[in-house]
Amino acid sequence: MRLSKSWIVASKDFKVFLKKKNIIYSIIIVPLIVSILFPVLIYFIEHRNASGIPANVLTTLLPAFTFFYLILAGLIPTTLASYSIVGEKVEKSLEPLLATPTTDGEILLGKGISAFLPPMVAILGGSAIFMGLMDLVTYDTLGYNFFPNWNTGIILFLMVPLATIMSVEWNVIVSSRVSDVRVAQQIGILLILPFGGVYVAGEIGIVQLGVANDLLIIAGIMLVVDAILLYVAKTTFRREEILTKWK
Amino acid sequence: MIDTENLTKKFGDLTAVDNLTLHVNDGEVFGFLGPNGAGKTTTVRMLCCLISKTSGEARIAGYDVGKEVDSLKIRKLIGYVPDNVGLYDELSAYDNLDFYGKLYDCTEEQRRKNIQRLLTMLGLWEKRNIAAGTFSKGMRQKLAIARSLVHDPQVLIMDEPTASLDPEASKTVRDFILDLKKEKRTIFLNTHNLDEAQRICDRIAILNTKLMAVGTPKELERSVGGRKTEIQLDQMNDTIMAAVKRLPLGDIAVDGNKLIINVTNPEKENQMIVDVIVRAGGGVQTVTVVGSTFEDAYLRLVRQTT
Repeated sequence: MRLSKSWIVASKDFKVFLKKKNIIYSIIIVPLIVSILFPVLIYFIEHRNASGIPANVLTTLLPAFTFFYLILAGLIPTTLASYSIVGEKVEKSLEPLLATPTTDGEILLGKGISAFLPPMVAILGGSAIFMGLMDLVTYDTLGYNFFPNWNTGIILFLMVPLATIMSVEWNVIVSSRVSDVRVAQQIGILLILPFGGVYVAGEIGIVQLGVANDLLIIAGIMLVVDAILLYVAKTTFRREEILTKWK
Repeated sequence: MIDTENLTKKFGDLTAVDNLTLHVNDGEVFGFLGPNGAGKTTTVRMLCCLISKTSGEARIAGYDVGKEVDSLKIRKLIGYVPDNVGLYDELSAYDNLDFYGKLYDCTEEQRRKNIQRLLTMLGLWEKRNIAAGTFSKGMRQKLAIARSLVHDPQVLIMDEPTASLDPEASKTVRDFILDLKKEKRTIFLNTHNLDEAQRICDRIAILNTKLMAVGTPKELERSVGGRKTEIQLDQMNDTIMAAVKRLPLGDIAVDGNKLIINVTNPEKENQMIVDVIVRAGGGVQTVTVVGSTFEDAYLRLVRQTT
């Protein structure tokens, strides 16, 4: 496996993404809205209500908000991965690419990098804005800066990358079965359902999204799912499979 | 340069390529002719190590097509023009070529020189910074050919490079292939355009799942097509036609008052045909022996298997 080859493939994809405004918007706008919306919401609730939000409510609410970045990590790579793979399939550019002296793994990794890095940058950038603003609006109530903390670190630096990888792998598998970018995206975003399920489980108390042990258990399950999806994606992304069996 | 021996590809129960054995010389333009579904693209994809073979052998420049370790070396040796150009529409012509140059491990200097040379040769240098998506079909095809040559390959494999192009664009592409021929590259040209194959190729193989024939266009005309006798009559009628049809001859066609008969030995058969026509009350004006065209040879070979 030569990383340089994968990076060439990824760099080309970045160039293509930069030319597609809808892709840029989908990467930047959603995390930005989430990052600004939640602090603004808290700010207004705090100022409209004379007593504000009690500190104990805030400390359960803030980790739940952070969990939204996990849902974004499942959502945003869908746009990129579907354009990167189904887009190439539709434009018939996969065949000449596969005819170059690169291995299937190198191309797959390149596609993975191009669908992984931009959402990671957007999510981490957005979360930095979120944490900064949230600390600003909750400091008076809490008396300390809630962010950053270890649990947020686990979510952003362990679970978000795992969710992004999962989304990329899922979209590779989906891309092999459809021949339309929009259909790929529609099926691709189904991946947010399990993350939504975990969020609901957190809300009704089945898991504690503010407890490190619970987060690490979820991360462990995600790691196993990632490994399974990687195996399936690798099996799907084979030259002969792509040229003769992909729709 | 390219050798195959009993190369076979099956997709389930369907045999796409059946025991193909051929040899393509170094520096030769080799035409690969056949109808749709004959297995041309499948063969090309096997040679480019894009799909596996079911059985048999194939070698390019001594490297084994079936071996994983050799496949990267083979892909580096060849330039491939697929039947669908598959360009990145959002990227400029230059960026499309530069991307492939990088994948083929060309240095920045090599890429710069090769891209400039190729785009200039193909009349696209002035448009190098324009997105490929805005190009006409002919320009896109030229860019796809340039892409296949960006790493200066020894072998060029082209899958129907002029299909769906207008006559002018087809001519430009054909002329470019002839220029490449002067550079002594080995060119494997997949086509179902007989005229193109005849004009460009040193040798031609005719495939219809199985290999039907190999040779120069002239050899194929002579060995496969046979000859024809054209007999101009005063008046054609059913009695004459019925009489001629009773003779042990090849295909007979009628064009007005002219009879066109496939013959194997005109020196003997023509006298017999004329005798029969005269006995049937016909008047013979002229008898002409003509060679079969390449098209006749091709059609006869292809029909043998259908």
